[in-house]
Amino acid sequence: MTLHVDEPAAQHADADEAVLRISGLSVDYGVGERAVRAVSDVSLTLRRGEVLGLAGESGSGKSTLAYGLTRLLAPPGVVACGTVIYHPGDGSEPVDVLALDHAGLRRFRWAQTSIVFQAAMNALNPVDKISAQLTDVIKAHRPDLDRAARIARARELLGLVGIPADRLDSYPHQLSGGMRQRVMIGMALALEPRIVIMDEPTTALDVVMQRQILAVFTRLRKRLDFSVVFITHDLSLLVEFADRIAIMYGGRIVEEAPAAQIYRDPLHPYSDGLLHSFPALRGPRRELAGIPGSPPDPRSLPSGCAFHPRCPKAFDPCAREVPILGAPGEAGPGAAQGAGGGARSVACWLHTSDRSTA
Amino acid sequence: MTTLSETASPAGGATDVVLEAEELTKHFPVRRRLRAAFSGERPAVHAVDDVALLLRRGRVTALVGESGSGKSTVARLLAQLYPRTGGAIRLHGAETTVRGGRRFRAYSGKVQMIFQDPFASLNPVHTVRYHLTRALRVHDRVGRGRAETEAALADLLAKVQLTPPQRYIDKFPHELSGGQRQRVAIARALAAGPEALLADEPVSMLDVSIRLGILNLLRDLKEQMDLAILYITHDIASARYFADETQVMYAGRMVEGGDSESVTQQPAHPYTRLLIDSAPDPDRLAAQAGGADPDQSASLDEGTGEVASLIHPPSGCRFHPRCPHAMQVCTAQVPPRFEVAGVTSRGADESGRPAHWAACWLYSPEHAGDAAGAAA
Repeated sequence: MTLHVDEPAAQHADADEAVLRISGLSVDYGVGERAVRAVSDVSLTLRRGEVLGLAGESGSGKSTLAYGLTRLLAPPGVVACGTVIYHPGDGSEPVDVLALDHAGLRRFRWAQTSIVFQAAMNALNPVDKISAQLTDVIKAHRPDLDRAARIARARELLGLVGIPADRLDSYPHQLSGGMRQRVMIGMALALEPRIVIMDEPTTALDVVMQRQILAVFTRLRKRLDFSVVFITHDLSLLVEFADRIAIMYGGRIVEEAPAAQIYRDPLHPYSDGLLHSFPALRGPRRELAGIPGSPPDPRSLPSGCAFHPRCPKAFDPCAREVPILGAPGEAGPGAAQGAGGGARSVACWLHTSDRSTA
Repeated sequence: MTTLSETASPAGGATDVVLEAEELTKHFPVRRRLRAAFSGERPAVHAVDDVALLLRRGRVTALVGESGSGKSTVARLLAQLYPRTGGAIRLHGAETTVRGGRRFRAYSGKVQMIFQDPFASLNPVHTVRYHLTRALRVHDRVGRGRAETEAALADLLAKVQLTPPQRYIDKFPHELSGGQRQRVAIARALAAGPEALLADEPVSMLDVSIRLGILNLLRDLKEQMDLAILYITHDIASARYFADETQVMYAGRMVEGGDSESVTQQPAHPYTRLLIDSAPDPDRLAAQAGGADPDQSASLDEGTGEVASLIHPPSGCRFHPRCPHAMQVCTAQVPPRFEVAGVTSRGADESGRPAHWAACWLYSPEHAGDAAGAAA
């Protein structure tokens, strides 16, 4: 289980661009005999200025991964192994996030990485004004700023996400769900972090509001140049919004590729099935089948590839051995390097070099 | 281009209409403030206003809308779980109002509901057997003796593709996955032997990969048992996939309806257009790369996206404060249903096929000129 092949070599080529490098990260719930492995052996690199989409169904470990790498995991969750290296990009030494002490973590959090939580509109404190909640984090991290400067910054943040500054003295219940969500995004950007993690940021919103929030977010990202980890179960949204997509199943990444490639030519049967689980709004009406069976229970994952009981293309090695995430086809891991941004990897026996059927 | 009568029977005749609602209205009273008490005003949430809906045998009608648009209230009114403020509900043409008791039981034998959350709609302390036997017994379909009951149970589970039945019959809800639970909930609804199923977001709590399985199952059941299904959803793409007919609701009123293909491919009402433009669509990337619709994303970025207040709904068309084409008349008068020209011509001759209509002044004959200007 600990056998681990490094990410495609392409990512070493632009290592200078990496903001966050996760390697071999495993997260358990509980310890000892009864531990449940929710995330196993995940390696990912987040590059500067990109939107990395993490897609998966419930129980696939996508939120656990986000909490694991930000060290927000509440007990009984524990990071079993792996490293998370943050590259500050200003020439200073890379930081091992998992080894940070309490003070270091306080400095790192929100200033370098911020997170927009699932159902973020309920994440605001109902008894505090928006202004208090926006200035709180500035107060903690920039003690040099005085009250007037903090309020000015809060005003600026609201303007950034398209909310009139006179709403600063509102309480959360006086704002609509979409406005609360935008306040959360503004708050996440308060200290100009280099990484923003968004955990199902728009799931609780209507489609019209979802599109507006994403439009605001896209505009801000172009202006402020931060990297995003975008977690959602809605793959069709990611295809439109993300630069690169990693698809998780049963706690592992089963495929990682640029968004357009995943959409046009998914290699893993699960990615393919997931893409064909969304009825199309345009084009011909097709008969769709979804994926038979249900997502696995992390407490009793199937042997070998976790997807094999539901996979239409399963063959003999699938039930025996866990496929390793690597470059697809005959090409060895090195060959993907030439493709530049087109580097992709898949964990499927169908696409492993010695058994390739492609 | 005439105003459609909301009660007009389809060309196929009235016999295939199972459930019909007309001018359905529901207002929920809200607590009166002191000032309102003096002024004699009775504030209420106008959850559903003047809704007309037809459920036909063997057809799926989708009701699409955002949260708070009143679509779930419509389902609960149709199931007679709420008393209505006004309007009529007709089952096979006969006006029905039931408030509990024997008559409600008889009504619910014909009209069954499937709820959104199968984690909450099944009792965790009872087995699948109990849930289904209870429904059979309540609706007097349990049969004589143990063998017949067992056969009825096995038949129900087979209908929802939980086979072999003995593997599932003695399970508790927590032993089943979300998709299996929703299948049990569907089997329980079928145990009553209904003619109409009201499915209130039946797949939105389920994992993406198993949603289509449930929708395909409902469609198979519809064909086998000739059911009339109301499919309530916020996902207009799934309405296109699953429903024969689609109606769009905004702030408690119906704004557009017709066969699903017309409504999703040639949306007429500005709100429906907004809804469709906002839906995630991977193919949009290709369109953008080709330089198409440069102004589309800009227009979507405008406005607040706030749904109108239902306590003090906007006068006239409820969408007018957000509508890019709003005219003078929109603020003053509630638009009636206008037939959308050109789109329905191919469907009109086919019997039972609903005409495509929109409740929007852009499609009224008097304002057609303005509409052409606005749409350009």
